[in-house]
Amino acid sequence: MIDFIGNKRWFFLISWILVITGIASLVISQLQLGTPLRLGTDFAGGTSMTLQFSPAVEQSQLREEMAKLGHDKITIQNAGEGNFIIHTREITSEEAHELAEELGTALDSQVKIGDYYLASPTVGAKAARSAVIAVIVASIAMLFYIVWAFRRMPKPFRWGSCAVIALVHDVFITVGIFSLMGLLAGVEIDALFITGLLTVVGYSINNIVVVFDRIRENKAKGISSDFAITVNSSIVETLGRCLNTSLTTLFVILALFLFGGATIHYFVLVLLLGVVIGTYDSICVAGPLLVVWEKGEWSALLPWAKRPVQ
Amino acid sequence: MRSRKIYLLIFILALFGFALWSVVPLDRNVLGREGLRLGLDLAGGSYLVYQADLTDVKPGAEDEIMDGVKGVVERRINALGITEPVVEIQKHEGEYNIVIQLPGIANIEKAKEMVGLFTVLEFREQNATGNWTPATGTVNGEILTLTSRYFKENTTVAVDSVGKVYLLFEWDATGAQLSKQITTRLLGKPLAIYLGDEPLRGEDGHIIAPKVEAVIEDKGQIEGLSLADANELKDLLNAGRIDVPLGRWVDGEFKPSVPLYEKTVDATLGQDSIQKSIRAAAIGIVVLLLFLLLYYRLPGLVACLSLGVYGVVLLAIFKLVPITLTLPGLAGFIVSLGMAVDANVLIFERMKEELRGGRSLAAAVEAGFDRAWTAIRDSNITTFIACLVLFWLGGTLGAFTVRGFALILFIGVALSMFTAITVTRTFLRLIIGSQVITNPAAYGVKSFQTARNTK
Repeated sequence: MIDFIGNKRWFFLISWILVITGIASLVISQLQLGTPLRLGTDFAGGTSMTLQFSPAVEQSQLREEMAKLGHDKITIQNAGEGNFIIHTREITSEEAHELAEELGTALDSQVKIGDYYLASPTVGAKAARSAVIAVIVASIAMLFYIVWAFRRMPKPFRWGSCAVIALVHDVFITVGIFSLMGLLAGVEIDALFITGLLTVVGYSINNIVVVFDRIRENKAKGISSDFAITVNSSIVETLGRCLNTSLTTLFVILALFLFGGATIHYFVLVLLLGVVIGTYDSICVAGPLLVVWEKGEWSALLPWAKRPVQ
Repeated sequence: MRSRKIYLLIFILALFGFALWSVVPLDRNVLGREGLRLGLDLAGGSYLVYQADLTDVKPGAEDEIMDGVKGVVERRINALGITEPVVEIQKHEGEYNIVIQLPGIANIEKAKEMVGLFTVLEFREQNATGNWTPATGTVNGEILTLTSRYFKENTTVAVDSVGKVYLLFEWDATGAQLSKQITTRLLGKPLAIYLGDEPLRGEDGHIIAPKVEAVIEDKGQIEGLSLADANELKDLLNAGRIDVPLGRWVDGEFKPSVPLYEKTVDATLGQDSIQKSIRAAAIGIVVLLLFLLLYYRLPGLVACLSLGVYGVVLLAIFKLVPITLTLPGLAGFIVSLGMAVDANVLIFERMKEELRGGRSLAAAVEAGFDRAWTAIRDSNITTFIACLVLFWLGGTLGAFTVRGFALILFIGVALSMFTAITVTRTFLRLIIGSQVITNPAAYGVKSFQTARNTK
């Protein structure tokens, strides 16, 4: 039997590394860009367009030429196959076509505008506000769901809190990764990012509920006097179910990620990361957290601290 | 019990057959116009949002005026020959936005030019050669064209006791002078109403050009219109009384013709997205089906069948409702396929456990379904919550792509509960009831009785 509880320090260490990296990236991004995540046209306004170059051009060359044409504060995302998604200040579609033509001449490449997208900053600000409201409303609704789902558990507050901590940890890591990609690769977040995030949070809750439900069942059966063993066997028993449901979803998401094209690439990436991290934390974080709380082994949460003498 | 199974099977087959029938013809144009309704991001086209400048409109009259503006914009776009445009008014925190969807890529710049123009209607008379020229008169030494600007705001439609429809209107002082001159000159001749360079037409396509029966000074009426035409004309005339420019507010200053929001997708990019999504879906589904078959054996095969039913019924729903398929929606569809299997996995895992626990095959199937039901129901609640919130978020301007995803995921997950429970259970019961396949290996356990809780 795999010992999930015995290895909890390792799992907590991995989680800490990911969470701290994420937070650091959010802070750096806040200092450098003024926002914790790089905001796309949906939230920041401006113009974005997909430029399709044939033959493909270098991203650095494109940036240089754009700067020469007066677009120096831009974000470029490389979408592969000579496609670049460019986010710049507001320009009309006519200006965009002129710009594309000039870029084509300068870079000696055929260029086509795949999509053109303009949003005024006020619309962006409104959408950002709506997104924040949506996240808050969804969080509250899901918290209510957790309270309801854990009503039969022995200590609803404690078990519910562990689930929430695992979920928040899940969200932090996903958001952190996107913040990091925003800093390093110019990846922007849009309304679909929020969509993906909420979808996977909803999806992740269930895995945790299934594991906790089994812990409750096994505790009632009294399979072991040691809570750690009860939790561990519960995790192992539900492992097949948790992995398989995630796997079936992952198969299709992975196929979309690899072959689905540039437009929804990052949306699918949120789903992909969310499902993977959600599965990880329902198996390796939520249960061990419960054991830590039940036994008062708080030092285990800080894996770098000295182990208490037992 | 047995007859119920048969009825359910017949129902499922009938549903499947109907769904298949409504989804076909697939070969003619898989996802084209004859098939599913495609969003602008897949079919190509433009999505424009303008704010309306209602500073000159009396408070309280906004709704009515905006209805008229909508009619004006629709007519202008139709005149450009763009097929199936959608024009909607969105009221958002006291502001009025007009949302215009233009499928295809024809004349976007021209369309933008047209909708940016003001909404005043012009009266025209027929000259000797039969061409329509602006109907003009002279007021205070100035040559003016008779337009909808000179109407009072009380244009109404009345129906008398025998069902005859009248459009009643009044001119303001300038309008009365112009009208008197023009109607005197045109007595017995028609007077047409133009929006830009296009005459207004009735429902049946004929040009609305009432014949002048009397000299009209300050008030008059138009007879012989259908009720629908009269009501629409009333809206247009009321809207045309005041300029309602469409554009964008920037720091308290109105900039006409500048869209608040614009998205144009090239049709080839959309086509590319469709092809890539279909390829991704095909690969994902094949891997998924292989996994189910290899891991769960016979129940896996049953799950594949019920997944087939699921996919076809979902496509039929998209087509019949109809639901506009967008790229995120397509992703939602594919993701929901993965999630649809989720319920089956829950059931099969439980079934295996029951089999290992020493239950008979039939009992294990029933227990698997009964015990897994609460887990399936609960696990879908959170997805529903997320979908509802996202659907609301999708209603806001910048996030309109979100709605397609939320809607399709919602429908998909709801339908998957039906297929996982009813369809899979019926198939499994029939197979087990028929006693054709009794080999335990087919159900993924070593043997039915001895494999007690291996540890």
